[in-house]
Amino acid sequence: ECNNTCQCEGAGPPQLQKAREKELRSLVSNLPFEGLGKSKQPNRFFKPNAIKTNKYTPLFFIPMNLYEQFHRLANVYFVGLAILNFIPVVNAFQPEVALIPICVIMFLTALKDGWEDFRRYQSDKKLNNMPCLIYSRAAKHYIERRWKDVRVGDFVKVVCNETVPADLLLLHTSDPNNVCHIETSNLDGETNLKQRNALPGLCTSLNVKRFLTFSRNREKPDKEKTGAGIESLLLRGCTVRNTEHAIGFVVYAGHETKSMLNNNGPRYKRSKLERRLNVDVFFCVLLLFIMCLIGSLGHYLWLKNLSDVPSFLVSDSKGHLDSPSLSSFYMFFTMIILLQILIPISLYVSVELVKIGQIFFILTDVDLYDEETDSRVQCRSLNITEDLGQIEYIFSDKTGTLTENKMVFRRCSIMGKDYPHKENANHLALLEETESEENVIFSQSSLSSQASRFDEDSSPVDTHRHGSRHRSKMAVNLIAFLHHQETQVIPDEKLLQQISRSERSSSGISDPYMDFFLALAICNSVVVSMATTQRQRVSSPLHSQKTNNPLESLSVLAKRTGSFWKVFDSPKQNGSSTSAHKRSDDANGVQPRALDPMTLSARPAAASGDVCYEAESPDEAALVYAAKTYGFTLLARTPNSVTVRVPSGEELVFEVLDTLAFDSNRKRMSVLVRHPITGEYVLYTKGADYAIMELLGTPYAGDGQQKKIAADTQYHLDCYAKDGLRTLCITKKIVSSREYQSWLADRKKALAAIDGREELMMASAVQLETELTMLGATGIEDRLQESVPDTITALREAGIKVWVLTGDKPETALNIGYACRLLEEGDLVINMTSVVFQVTCVSILDCTLEEVRRYHEDPRNVDTTQKISLMIDGDTLAIALSPDLQDRFLELAKRCRSVLCCRVTPLQKSRVVKLVRDKLKVMTLAVGDGANDVNMIQVADVGIGISGQEGMQAVMASDFAITRFKHLKKLLLVHGHWCHTRLANMIIYFFYKNAAYVNLLFWYQFYCGFSGTAMIDYWLMIFFNLFFTSTPPIMFGIMDKDVSAEMLMGVPELYRTGQGSGEYNFRTFWISMLDAFYQSLVCFFVPYLAYQGSDVDIFTFGTPLNTSSLFIILLHLGIEIKSWTVVHWIIMLGSVALYFIVTLAYSAICVTCNPPSNPYWILQNQMADPMFYLICIISTVVALLPRIARDLSELKSTPSFKYCLPFVFLSSFLIQIHIQALCIRQFLYKGNTKTLYIHQTTHE
Amino acid sequence: MGKEKSKSGPLARRPDNSAFKQQRLPAWTPMLTASTVLPSFYLLALICMLLGVWLLLTVQNTQEMKVDYTEAGSCNLCFEMRKNVSNAGQKCTCMIMFSIEKAFKGDVFIYYGLRNFHQNLRRYMDSRDDGQMLGRKSNLKSPSSYCKPFDVDEKGVPIAPCGAVANSMFNDSFILTYYTINGPTVVPLLRKGLTWYTDKNVKYRNPKMDNLTLPEVFEGTTRPPYWQKPVYQLDPFDPNNNGFINDDLLVWMREAAFPNFKKLYGFLYRANKPFTKGLPAGNYSVAISYNFPVQYFKGRKEVVLTTVSWFGGQNHFLPIAYLVTSGLILLTAVVLTVVWWKFGKDGKNMAD
Repeated sequence: ECNNTCQCEGAGPPQLQKAREKELRSLVSNLPFEGLGKSKQPNRFFKPNAIKTNKYTPLFFIPMNLYEQFHRLANVYFVGLAILNFIPVVNAFQPEVALIPICVIMFLTALKDGWEDFRRYQSDKKLNNMPCLIYSRAAKHYIERRWKDVRVGDFVKVVCNETVPADLLLLHTSDPNNVCHIETSNLDGETNLKQRNALPGLCTSLNVKRFLTFSRNREKPDKEKTGAGIESLLLRGCTVRNTEHAIGFVVYAGHETKSMLNNNGPRYKRSKLERRLNVDVFFCVLLLFIMCLIGSLGHYLWLKNLSDVPSFLVSDSKGHLDSPSLSSFYMFFTMIILLQILIPISLYVSVELVKIGQIFFILTDVDLYDEETDSRVQCRSLNITEDLGQIEYIFSDKTGTLTENKMVFRRCSIMGKDYPHKENANHLALLEETESEENVIFSQSSLSSQASRFDEDSSPVDTHRHGSRHRSKMAVNLIAFLHHQETQVIPDEKLLQQISRSERSSSGISDPYMDFFLALAICNSVVVSMATTQRQRVSSPLHSQKTNNPLESLSVLAKRTGSFWKVFDSPKQNGSSTSAHKRSDDANGVQPRALDPMTLSARPAAASGDVCYEAESPDEAALVYAAKTYGFTLLARTPNSVTVRVPSGEELVFEVLDTLAFDSNRKRMSVLVRHPITGEYVLYTKGADYAIMELLGTPYAGDGQQKKIAADTQYHLDCYAKDGLRTLCITKKIVSSREYQSWLADRKKALAAIDGREELMMASAVQLETELTMLGATGIEDRLQESVPDTITALREAGIKVWVLTGDKPETALNIGYACRLLEEGDLVINMTSVVFQVTCVSILDCTLEEVRRYHEDPRNVDTTQKISLMIDGDTLAIALSPDLQDRFLELAKRCRSVLCCRVTPLQKSRVVKLVRDKLKVMTLAVGDGANDVNMIQVADVGIGISGQEGMQAVMASDFAITRFKHLKKLLLVHGHWCHTRLANMIIYFFYKNAAYVNLLFWYQFYCGFSGTAMIDYWLMIFFNLFFTSTPPIMFGIMDKDVSAEMLMGVPELYRTGQGSGEYNFRTFWISMLDAFYQSLVCFFVPYLAYQGSDVDIFTFGTPLNTSSLFIILLHLGIEIKSWTVVHWIIMLGSVALYFIVTLAYSAICVTCNPPSNPYWILQNQMADPMFYLICIISTVVALLPRIARDLSELKSTPSFKYCLPFVFLSSFLIQIHIQALCIRQFLYKGNTKTLYIHQTTHE
Repeated sequence: MGKEKSKSGPLARRPDNSAFKQQRLPAWTPMLTASTVLPSFYLLALICMLLGVWLLLTVQNTQEMKVDYTEAGSCNLCFEMRKNVSNAGQKCTCMIMFSIEKAFKGDVFIYYGLRNFHQNLRRYMDSRDDGQMLGRKSNLKSPSSYCKPFDVDEKGVPIAPCGAVANSMFNDSFILTYYTINGPTVVPLLRKGLTWYTDKNVKYRNPKMDNLTLPEVFEGTTRPPYWQKPVYQLDPFDPNNNGFINDDLLVWMREAAFPNFKKLYGFLYRANKPFTKGLPAGNYSVAISYNFPVQYFKGRKEVVLTTVSWFGGQNHFLPIAYLVTSGLILLTAVVLTVVWWKFGKDGKNMAD
């Protein structure tokens, strides 16, 4: 699914490829055939646009659903048993009654399926009936139709903010440049605008009738071939933005559209626990088999032992008795029917229910909610919650996962000269330090200044506002603040002077400093959107992200509430209220005074022009903002031109001749423009330093100035990388017109090519990007997300090994590694970078492995934790992952506390994960935010996507999606632990419960000649499993807390209990089965001995058995439950009450309804007999005694608890102290900030 | 949920910060500590012990007497006679002497006991028609197929009551005699009220009479093959104790849980001397009308005389179980105390 999405960027949609492989789709417009019969329509063989995703039709629902359900083995087993019960010689119960459980289960499943299908049907109907505009030849204009009426070959008009109904080939837009902006958030969640070009040369007017015959074969009317790729395809589900309308030709409709083809539904993963569960179900089958064998053998022996035919041995209707061997053969099947619930079929249903409940609680956790983006955690995979509690290895991406992926321009180097931007750095550092306090300032300032105004107005929305005002404002301010700081670059004074100097001295055109900033402004794919044409979003979080001062955010707030608009429209507020998205600078007094007059001159223009940048990658935006700070403002970008305002105030329009987009092989992008003043063809290239350095022109190889510049820049780059900055090289190349022409010819060929287009395009790009001139380099900071070091420390304490896989340079990676405490001072870091030959790699591996082993064997290091880390780069990894070396590599990696892989490709990431998962047999978790993490996320046992700056592809591929890395801590340590222990205990309990109950029946067989008699009424047995004992374990699986959340967060070591085989393993399973056997023995033999030789009848004997087994089973659960809430009490007591009410009612009503048992008045009679209570009490106590004793002995004997108990008390005590201290601190800071605020206002 | 949807604003999707959704409901966590566990263990042991002692004392006051008459005394002859099926129609009576050492005080229950008779076989249990015995006319004439092969006789006449359970009904009868100095006195027995009230009045009914006599109602049906007389002549003395509501039939129809069981035969009628206080000590005999064959299943037959306590007949298991459990709990508690004593000291040391 995701591969396709990825390809969509570079290689075109799958349809195009498919078409290329199979046949080209020849399409003819429908217009000439309008009104003709269906058989005359040229495109009648293509699928219509109406979609149908529901599986069933009302008429065939029952047979189809039954067919679906019988694909499940469990149902087949159930029905098989029910059918078996209809065979008279083997039946154990009344045949009709035995059908009830399977009918109930299948009915419920059918109900669920039906409801889901109905929902699908409804949403289809809604989609199919969405309005759209189709051109009609008869009406000579676009008429409104429904989505389902759209056919392949129609011309469809899509208006701004409407959704595209089918895959369209874009022919015309309202935009003068014939581009159309779309948002693909419905498809991949990416909210940035993407540009699509109308098919060039095809349509310049609205007169679509010219293209009556248009074929997908890309033939123009004049038969010249025109290439059309993804850039002129509007996919179904996209939304048109910023463009008044767009007209397209339908090429794919309905189920053939890309979005429908990609719609594969939720994926199914099976958790480790469930795999283990299936093994145990198999054990249960084995056990059942043995028990049935014993039963049949016993029956045989019992029959053999009878010398004669007694009157209680009933022959069949013909008065004939089967031989002992035959009837014991029949008895085997009777026993299977009788003891069938030993195989806990209802367990599967219960597990599903429990997981739904667990997911509900994960989703509603307010700690996993991110205020900034207003998003909760998402659970995309519904059945691996418990795997979260068993993770042993985490593979993490760096950018956007550990870091914010909000890029901040930090420093640059131009012509070999470093501009450290000290003030900027200081400013950033200051902001970082005082972040929390500043936030308080802002909220307070805005509150105090605005509160009075708000309070005057007593509109009906008042209540709403009061409820959420404070919090929301806090959040808005926080966002505003961060964002402000992000785009804000305080210019380096020296550089400013340098720029103004070069501007004054030379013509200001070919100066490298000017070129550098021009390159920053031009060489990118940033889209400029004006505030006036800003797309409308009703409740999008982007609103708040775009605002950058408190006043603005308030005005946005006011806009939403509506009635406050007037208040803000007063002249006083003019500056901020008229434009909600203005990027004004002066709100907080942090704007430096020392701005060059030149930049100041640009400011009013900027304020009025109001540009917003929509970048696909945050790096680019950071660079554009940096350029803007120095006066190079990117004003507009169209496919063919870029407008930049230079510091002099002049607006230069560069004609864009070509854009060589970024790809991961070249690791660079270029823009070829024609300079408006000199008329030269200029190629601006930026990219990773190692991708650029080898392409520098010949002068750099020599000895002169050039070489020094290159060397200095490289030195600066290394320094930047050491500081953890992301580096980019900026270069320029002047292309002669002859060179350009020859290149253009090749390029055109590549563009028109159908086969191997991508390869040709890349080759042509490489062809141009040579002999570059070094301009400089930039260093962009990608700040760590909050609490990343804490999270990593906690995860490590929890026994999880953290690997970081990044595409960054080793130096950057190392630095980040230290910053996020993945590596610590004093760690032994094994460096395996830039190993080229396999031999070297082998020797390094062997040496280090030997060393590490020695380190471990050293008696001095026995108790110390391993402090070895491994650092490896992509090339070396490629060697290390080769089949003959991977074992050694893993051996080494296993002994390392953390591993840092840098410069790895997406494929390598997934290979590493797969290798570790398969070879070490451990539970792996991959977390990432970008498209390059998708492979890794899909391969890992648990894939976590971070919905951040880089779109939603990772989220789409993930099992869980979070917004911040720090959420991982609670997700794993608390929810993971809980989900695992809850589900594990629930499953164990379920096995126990069924075994304990069914064994009662088994023991009775020893006293009834193994004839398959049940001493409990069959209805009551069904009720017992269906009503009396079903909800408590489900509640237990959803709500029990063995350890509190605070404790789990505070003591990450507790997570280790779930790792490996976890709480649910061979031992715990068999212990609980033994316990079940023991308890059933007690529960059977205590009443047996008490009633021995008495005149008790079968079902009277069964009643105390049933009752005490209910008590035992529920109290057993009661012992397992670690924390009792109201819900627990209600459900537990409710189950007991339900048992008595239902059984009493049933015994009062049922006179002859279930022969031969007819439990009429039995429980009533029993409840009047003191014997009943005496038996229930003693059997319950005796049955539970070992479990209580075991719990007590475990409590006393296990060292973990022995040491844990005082520790636990201590830590909870410490946590309390900490919270108190926090409160005090907050209180103190509140005082501080007030004074600070006053200070600021007076200053202003 | 509707409320949640109507929410708007920047934090619209924020989950409710309620205790339930945040899993912060106030919870009681049972902490297993020595100070809570040990006292409750001792208390539990004490309760069990007291109950056990009380039960034991009660049981000591009950008396039980079992007289196995399968082959004993003159019944030996009858036993041999019943081995041959062809003698089924012949009557056979025998007598067994026994003596009671200590008087049975209070109500005395007389049971017949069977050993090794499996009333709890599934096929056997199923072989009955409760609808018929509830007095449903339709079932009377066409018994349920569960009754097979005892639903109709060879001529196709429906059997009432049908099925193997009724067919195999116990049909020995007893006359108890007490030998005083004055000569033998027949011990008066009450042979009514042997069943549960609900059985006699709700669960089993005779078919609607409509001014007909009982034999007329049962016309067109036949007796079960093993029976000597039809169902409406089971009690020759009390016409109201016949048909499907005959006490002996009802007692038999309540199938015993185990192969060794006893069923109520009658109570001691205590209106006249010397039985006003129960059964006095002395010599007794029981005259048995020996009809029920047991040699097919190697069974035994016995007469059981017993007095009952508030929790049933003489039953030594329950008091012993309570006492043993009490002992076990006490043992556990003592062991725990010792461990805790040591552990507590360790804990103190650690705290120090």
